[in-house]
This record gives sequence, structure tokens and C-alpha cells, in this order.
Amino acid sequence: MPVTQSGRGSASGYEVVQASREFQTLRRRLGSFVVPAGMLFLGWYFLYVIVAAFAPGFMRTRVLGEVNVGLCFGGAQFVSTFTITIIYSRWAQRHFDPLSARIRQRLETGRRP
Amino acid sequence: MTTLASGGVVGIPAVNITIFAFFVVVTLIIALTAAGGNQTTTDYYAGGRAFSGRQNGIAIGGDYLSAASFLGIAGLIALHGYDGFLYSIGFLVGWLLVLLLVAAPLRNTGRYTTADVLDLRLRAVPVRAAAAVSTLTVSLFYLLAQMAGAGALVSLLLGVRSSAGQDITVAVVGLLMIFYVLVGGMKGTTWVQIVKATILAVGAAATTIWVLARAGFSLSGLLRHAAASSQAGSAVLGPGLLYGVNTVSKFNFISLSIALVLGTAGLPHVLMRLYTVPSASEARRSVVWTVWLVGLFYLFTLVLGYGAMWLVGGKQIESSPGAANSAVPLLAFRLGGTLLLGIVAAVAFATILAVVAGLTITASASFAHDVYAGVLRGGDAGPGEEVRVARVTAVVIGGVAVIGGIFAKDVDVAFLVALAFAVAASANLPSILYSLFWPRFTSRGALWSIYGGLISSVGLIIFSPVVSGSASAPGGAGPSLISDPHINFAFFPLDNPGIVSIPLAFFLGWLGSVTDKRPSDPARFARMQVRALTGIGAERGSQV
Repeated sequence: MPVTQSGRGSASGYEVVQASREFQTLRRRLGSFVVPAGMLFLGWYFLYVIVAAFAPGFMRTRVLGEVNVGLCFGGAQFVSTFTITIIYSRWAQRHFDPLSARIRQRLETGRRP
Repeated sequence: MTTLASGGVVGIPAVNITIFAFFVVVTLIIALTAAGGNQTTTDYYAGGRAFSGRQNGIAIGGDYLSAASFLGIAGLIALHGYDGFLYSIGFLVGWLLVLLLVAAPLRNTGRYTTADVLDLRLRAVPVRAAAAVSTLTVSLFYLLAQMAGAGALVSLLLGVRSSAGQDITVAVVGLLMIFYVLVGGMKGTTWVQIVKATILAVGAAATTIWVLARAGFSLSGLLRHAAASSQAGSAVLGPGLLYGVNTVSKFNFISLSIALVLGTAGLPHVLMRLYTVPSASEARRSVVWTVWLVGLFYLFTLVLGYGAMWLVGGKQIESSPGAANSAVPLLAFRLGGTLLLGIVAAVAFATILAVVAGLTITASASFAHDVYAGVLRGGDAGPGEEVRVARVTAVVIGGVAVIGGIFAKDVDVAFLVALAFAVAASANLPSILYSLFWPRFTSRGALWSIYGGLISSVGLIIFSPVVSGSASAPGGAGPSLISDPHINFAFFPLDNPGIVSIPLAFFLGWLGSVTDKRPSDPARFARMQVRALTGIGAERGSQV
């Protein structure tokens, strides 16, 4: 059975875990993926929004037949969303979940905070 | 060919009603069997946490692809071209925020509602009450949008012309939805969502292929036909028709874009679904499935929108009851006659029904779990009692939705949903993100950011051209809710409050925390962070 849900008791046990080297590695690992990925997709999205709002002429430039820059740029937002999704879920399975599960198991079986 | 919208009704109402009734019966059976002998608190709120990531991801897609997506966005593209596409991009990209920052830690730290997450670090009672108020407000905004869509659709498809007839149909939708929720709980509504999302995706894919086939499987050909049949000509292929009119409308668009991309991660009925899976990694997997489903679907709507522009024509869409929302039904009728129209109509109804059920269960959980058990009873309500209160609340909310839907039936659906996104991004998102990731966040910061975001976003909507003073507001809103042009208290020029209220809510969350005399407790942040990243102490699925 997992630790009780409300578990208000000794929060200080969690502080020990939080300070451990393994947990700090986990935290840093997550941050070093999520923060740049988040800034990348938000920046890319707002670039698109601003170009759509203030440079509609550029967006109308034809690329192939009737397909213009605007449709390609919009399509690229779809592609980038799918790509980040795939990369993140693979990364999380390989580099985050195993370490996270190891810390959890140690907590559940060993010293229960 | 049967007359198309000449008398305002398309196809044969009896066929539409039959297909719709068939769908209702099938989903009711599903809801009944899925519910089984259920209804512990976890069953009712979280479907026993027994759904797989794939099932839940499809169900989230079902919740997310509401009438606004299915009918609203395609309709906007059919009428205004490229600018409708801008909605779908914001709606899709917003999922990355859920995936990267919210899904897994939220599943690890909460039980049923987002208030559970805040509760881990902050003073329980006032913060829980605030979170419940904002959850209920966002859910009601969203409900209103869905019910408004139901009214417009009815007049088009079922031949219900009289205002009273429409009101009765809205009431029937409300009653059906209450029944789903009472009988099925989260398990039943999830299965309804899965069925609905699958039919919706298959139907949209088939219609898309059909449209492309008519254009010789050439996207360029489709665009050429669409532009040729539009009064605006090739301008429909680029941005600006809707939001490029003047500087105000451009900022309106930017405000909308901010709300769309940040709103998804604050939508309570989406976040609550993350609790129906057994673990954080399944929650992440859910979102991955949702991204694929939603992304492909929005690519379909692009084709459907331009297809409707080409094959139905803007004039016909605008003059039919339901205006933009009727583009896809009219397109289906033009392509596949009565039968395809009937199917599309049934899917659209099912969409409204299912999304309304999802919203109702979220709102009732928020009231019963946060307000009743958490605040009024000080966390002391028995589980049976809590579910009973949740059921009563579901009935009340259903009633409110019916009344609201009757009043809001002429408002553009995609637009109303965008307002719900703005309120969600302002009132919910800052406190969720701060609570999960910022060590110095305090109870006062949470209260300031929730109430500040809620009051500023709703307040700015009230004092915007949406409510008063505009015969036809720039940026797609159409005329104001108060149609008398002499009544004008719109001092805020933008239709969407996001550009002001979202940064303000983040700022207030920061300011409230750093000026709080009771600083944040590092021990409780440690507990939050360890639980969020490792899943220790999180409730597992009942069958896993």
C-alpha cells in the first residue's frame, strides 16, 4: 500500500528525499528538457501568431500552386507539435520514468517518510 | 436533389431524428453497462482509475473536440478562410503545455480535482473554495457554449422552427445528459466519449477524403475552387479577413491566441480526466494520444472548411439558421445527401451531449468534493454522502445549463469557447503552475491569482464589445449580447480579455506570495515536489 493520501505527518521526511542526490538529478533532468522545449514551442507559436497578424502579405506568398506560406507555416506548427510530443514521450520513458520509479520504490519499501 | 436550406431545413428531419435516437440508445446502453455496480467516490469521479492511456486519450479528445471544434472552426474557415485555421492551431499547440508541465505531476499529486493539488501545499479551506469557484465558472462558460450550439443545430436539422420547440430540444439534451452522469458516473461518460470521439474521427476522415476526391486529391485544387467561389477571392487563403481589419482586431487576435494556447492546461474537465488512469506515465500517454487525435482532426477541419466554402458557398451558409455552425452539416448534405447529413447531425448532437456530460461531472465533483466535503464539512463528509451531493449538484447544473442554453442560443459557439479558454488560462493555470513548480508560492498568492484572474477576465468580458455597444464587433464576435446600440458600457476594446487578464493573474500570484507575511513552508513544498516527480503516495488504479 502506498503512503496515506493526506499524509500530513512528517513532511520533513520528504525534505530528506528532496535533498538527496538522486532526486536532485531527477529534478534537473526534467527541467533541462521541459524548460527549453517549452520556450521553443511557445516562441515558435507566438512567432507564427505575430507574423499572421502583422505580415499577412508575406503569409500570402505562394509556394506551390495555391498553397502559400501561411498554410506551410500553419502546417509546420502541426509538425512541430507532433515532433515535440514524440520526442518528449520517448525521452520520458527512457530517461525519466526509470529513475523516478527507482526513487519511489526505495521510498515505498525502505524508510517510509 | 432535395432543396438545400431554402426553407431553412435541410434533409429529412425524420431521418436525422432516427439516426440521433439510435445513437442515444446505444450510448445509454454503453453508459449503463460500463457503470455496472459502481459508485464508490473514485468510481464516480475518476472511473475507478482503470482506464488505459489510449482509452483516456481518446476520451479526452472526445471532451476537447466539442461542437466548437467540429462545427465552429470549420464554419469559421468556410466563411472567413484562413483566420478560422488560426483557432485550430492555438487549440492544438496548447496541448504541449499540458504534456510537458501539467499531466504527470498533476496525476501524481491530485485525487479528483485541481484543488487537491493546491491543498497539498496551501491552506486548505480558502484555497479550495477559490479553486472551486473558478472551476465552476469556467465549466459554466463552456456549458453555455455547448448548449448554444445545440439550439442552433436543432433548428437546422430537425426542422424545429419555433423558438419554443428549440427550447424544448435544449431541455431534452439537458435531461439526457443528466441521466448519463447520474447513471454512468465518470466510467459511463468516459465510454460515451470514446465512442463519440471514434465516430467523430472516422466521420470527419471520410468526409475529408470525399472532399479531396472531388478536388482530384489536390490540396491546391481545393484551395483554387474555394477561392473562386468566395466573394473575397484569393484573400481567403491568407490571414486577415477576420482579424486583419484594423489594429484593434489584430490585438484581439493576439489576445485570443494567448488565451487559446494557455487555456487548455487550465480547463477543469480536461484536467479531471487525467485522474482516470492508474499512473502518471499513463496520464502522459493519454495526452500523447489526444495530441494525435486532435491534430489530425484539425487538419480534417481545414479541408472541410474550404470544402464547404467551395461546395456550399458562404452566402448559403450565412443565410441558413445556425450560420457558421451549419457549414459542415450543409457540406455533408451536398456530398452525401440525407444519409450523410443524418450521420453528421447525430455526431454533432452526440458531441454536444457528451461534452456537456463531461462538464457536468467536473462541475459536480468540484462542488461536492471541494465546496461541500472540503469547505462546508471540513473534509469530514462520508464518501457515500459526497457522491450523493455530487449527483444532486449534477441535476442542478444540468438545469442551469438548460436555462443558459435557451438564452444563449444565437451566439457563435467557437467564440464562446474562446472566452471560456481565457477565463481558464487566467483563473486556473497560474495557481496550478506556481503550486507545482515555485517553492515560494503561498496561499495568499493563490487567492490573489485565482480571484484576480477570474474577476479581471470575466469583468473585461462584461465591459467589452461582446456584451454591449457593438452592432458588429471586429474579430468575429458579431453583434453584442445587448443588441440595443444605445446601451454601451464597453470601455475595453478587445473581445478576448486574455492579453490583460492572464499576465495579471500570473503577476498577482507572484505579488501575493512575495508580500505574504506567512512564507511558504519548505517542508510542504518538498512533499509536493517529491510526490509530483516520483508518484509516491498517489492513488493507483483499482484494477492495476
